[in-house]
Amino acid sequence: MAATTHDVHDGHGEHHHGPAKGLGRWLFTTNHKDIGTLYLLFSLLMFLVGGSMALIIRAELFQPGLQLVDPHFFNQMTTMHALIMVFGAVMPAFVGLANWMLPMMVGAPDMALPRMNNWSFWILPFAFTMLLSTLFMPGGGPASGWTLYPPLVLQTGDAFPFVILAIHLMGISSIMGAINVIATIFNMRAPGMTLMRMPLFVWTWLITAFLLIAVMPVLAGAVTMLLTDRYFATSFFNAAGGGDPVLFQHIFWFFGHPEVYIMILPAFGVVSQIIPTFSRKPLFGYHSMVYATAAIAFLSFIVWGHHMFTVGMPLTAELFFMYATMLIAVPTGVKVFNWVATMWRGAMTFETPMLFSIAFVILFTIGGFSGLMLAIAPADFQYHDTYFVVAHFHYVLVPGAVFSIMAAVYYWLPKWTGHMYNERLSRIHFWLSVIGVNVLFFPQHFLGLAGMPRRVPDYALQFTEWNMVSSIGAFIYGISQLLFVYIVIQTIRAGDKATDRVWEGAHGLEWTVPSPAPYHTFDKPPKISTADAHG
Amino acid sequence: MSADNGYYVPHQSIWPIVGSIGLFVTMIGLANMLTGAWNASVLLVGATILLIMIFGWFGAVIKESESGLYSQQVDRSFRWGMGWFIFSEIMFFAAFFGALFYARQFALPWMAGDAGRLVTHEFLWPTFEYVWPSSGPAELGGEFQPMGWWALPTINTLILITSSITLTFSHEAMRHNQRQKHINWLALTIVLGLIFLGLQMYEYVYAYTELNLRLETGIYGSTFYMLTGFHGLHVAIGAIILAVILGRSLRGHFTAERHFGFEAAVWYWHFVDVVWLFLFICIYVL
Repeated sequence: MAATTHDVHDGHGEHHHGPAKGLGRWLFTTNHKDIGTLYLLFSLLMFLVGGSMALIIRAELFQPGLQLVDPHFFNQMTTMHALIMVFGAVMPAFVGLANWMLPMMVGAPDMALPRMNNWSFWILPFAFTMLLSTLFMPGGGPASGWTLYPPLVLQTGDAFPFVILAIHLMGISSIMGAINVIATIFNMRAPGMTLMRMPLFVWTWLITAFLLIAVMPVLAGAVTMLLTDRYFATSFFNAAGGGDPVLFQHIFWFFGHPEVYIMILPAFGVVSQIIPTFSRKPLFGYHSMVYATAAIAFLSFIVWGHHMFTVGMPLTAELFFMYATMLIAVPTGVKVFNWVATMWRGAMTFETPMLFSIAFVILFTIGGFSGLMLAIAPADFQYHDTYFVVAHFHYVLVPGAVFSIMAAVYYWLPKWTGHMYNERLSRIHFWLSVIGVNVLFFPQHFLGLAGMPRRVPDYALQFTEWNMVSSIGAFIYGISQLLFVYIVIQTIRAGDKATDRVWEGAHGLEWTVPSPAPYHTFDKPPKISTADAHG
Repeated sequence: MSADNGYYVPHQSIWPIVGSIGLFVTMIGLANMLTGAWNASVLLVGATILLIMIFGWFGAVIKESESGLYSQQVDRSFRWGMGWFIFSEIMFFAAFFGALFYARQFALPWMAGDAGRLVTHEFLWPTFEYVWPSSGPAELGGEFQPMGWWALPTINTLILITSSITLTFSHEAMRHNQRQKHINWLALTIVLGLIFLGLQMYEYVYAYTELNLRLETGIYGSTFYMLTGFHGLHVAIGAIILAVILGRSLRGHFTAERHFGFEAAVWYWHFVDVVWLFLFICIYVL
């Protein structure tokens, strides 16, 4: 397994087997593990940047009145926080996990298109430099919310084309990353790794990659129309010329709804790897998990209208989108049932990855239920654009997607670094996170139901108490993530030696290679035994 | 070192980072041009870096391919990659077709009071009657005449369909190892593509000067120029790809069995052709 393949490069330098030295290693690398590391570190940095913006928002909202920032800057913070968290933190984190784990899980020597893999990553730092630089431009950064609705977004200052083109760059990066994932999964599996033997993380990423390729170009089209409407006098979103601002919302949410599944399907995959390991039982209902993931992906294309119930649609469209949205609860329910059934009568232990996974199952389900409430069109007229919506999507994204990423990092960090993380500190990190996140977001349900609108820097006095509670939760959650950074650094630099299998109940090919995983794994395809099939 | 002895993984490459820098400079240049801060020079520098990257990167891939480093499995990776890239392009066009469909089926009829939208009609646009092609209730861009479908667009359609057929002949010749025939049909395909592009440009000039049909002619002008414009851009890219393939064929690259570089170009060309058929029907005929 240690033998390398062809040591020929594209035209420069000597032969070598390990990583190159110095900065060049990271700039020119084609190694899936290097690129995975880059993605994960970049995502962590963006998580902290976007999180700081969230703390500015919560500090301003601690009490009514305007105290810390002016409203225009507040709006820039809500917009940038969302764009950075969606495109800079959550998506790159999952791509990083895919880079590290997919080739090892399917028994491949690397990603299918290694050079393009490097390009997918290295576009991102430039794209976010461009996006963040808009904060310092005349007129400030984008302040329209991440949904970029016209005509409001067309009033952005000089930052406007920079935002649009930065989004184009992120889209190019995502599409190339997704193409690589699909090519890797379809073409690089070791003999015997049949589709229905693939670990669920691989399956969920395959379907996510399909969603990415299908919708990122649609977002590119939508923002291109914004750009030409502003600078070349086209009329896509201008009713005077026969266009319609609502058209933008249709195109945007045709992208936007699959996008939320892009951020949650890999999370489903992660949790489906971790729960069986610490329950010491195979995943319950593997086949139904695969079909449920595919069903959710399919449904995600025909439910976008539920973001627009109050915007003006024919009644039949409202009804269609309402019922189609509710249908998603069925496959999602299958998944939650399967996770619980996997734990049922298992020999469970509660290491940190498992704690985060269990919290994921419970708290994501709360977010799913509030989603069902929002899906009811007549009720949504009340909830629309209130803090209830903010509470809903933060429940699926923070204790949903972000917790699954935390779980994945703790689960695979020993495999990546060869060291065990500090279990005691990581449990403190977990409990601070899980308490902080609930104190932060649960009161927002009450605020929304009581009528507090979202995206406002000031509010009526009766909303004060729950806003204070929410802001305190935000600072608990935010600051406890610094502990996470500390734990990761500590694990990389020191920590007990990890065994190859790391976790007693772990199954799957990634646990058959040494810890830390060698720079090149599976140059010769491994033999697949039934025990190693789908973790 | 036979090609089927493992999967070829290049170890280091400078081209992706060059590409990222090129994209960055291009985008910064373009954005500053749009705000009116800069002239085109930075944009051109960025585009030059991107061109250098494309030459360097494809050059490396071609060299590796010709030296037999690529196994069947690598070949399949390229196939998956190209296939899904084309799918992403289809979705990009779908956004613009969607805009056209929405404007014609919903936005414009509703402004004219259709489907019970009487209030919008009465209060905002009481005199507006919907007839496609429309530049909206405010008739942005002034009086115009629509582009007909007969004559030029029909000829262009025939040219593009013919080019797909000639390219298929070229591919058949390649498969039967008839290189000269392959090269002749390929060259003819490129010529047809260039004629198509020339006629499209003529059509644009005609539309601007004779019909007063402009990009700012309401939603009709927007969809007409954005859809045909992006399509034309893709024909141009396709023609450049085919020209590179022609150059490689003249140098003796490709074999009857292994020629995915050529095949990818064929896929791309057919994709551009199919998009045109939808365009012809949705933009010109209907």
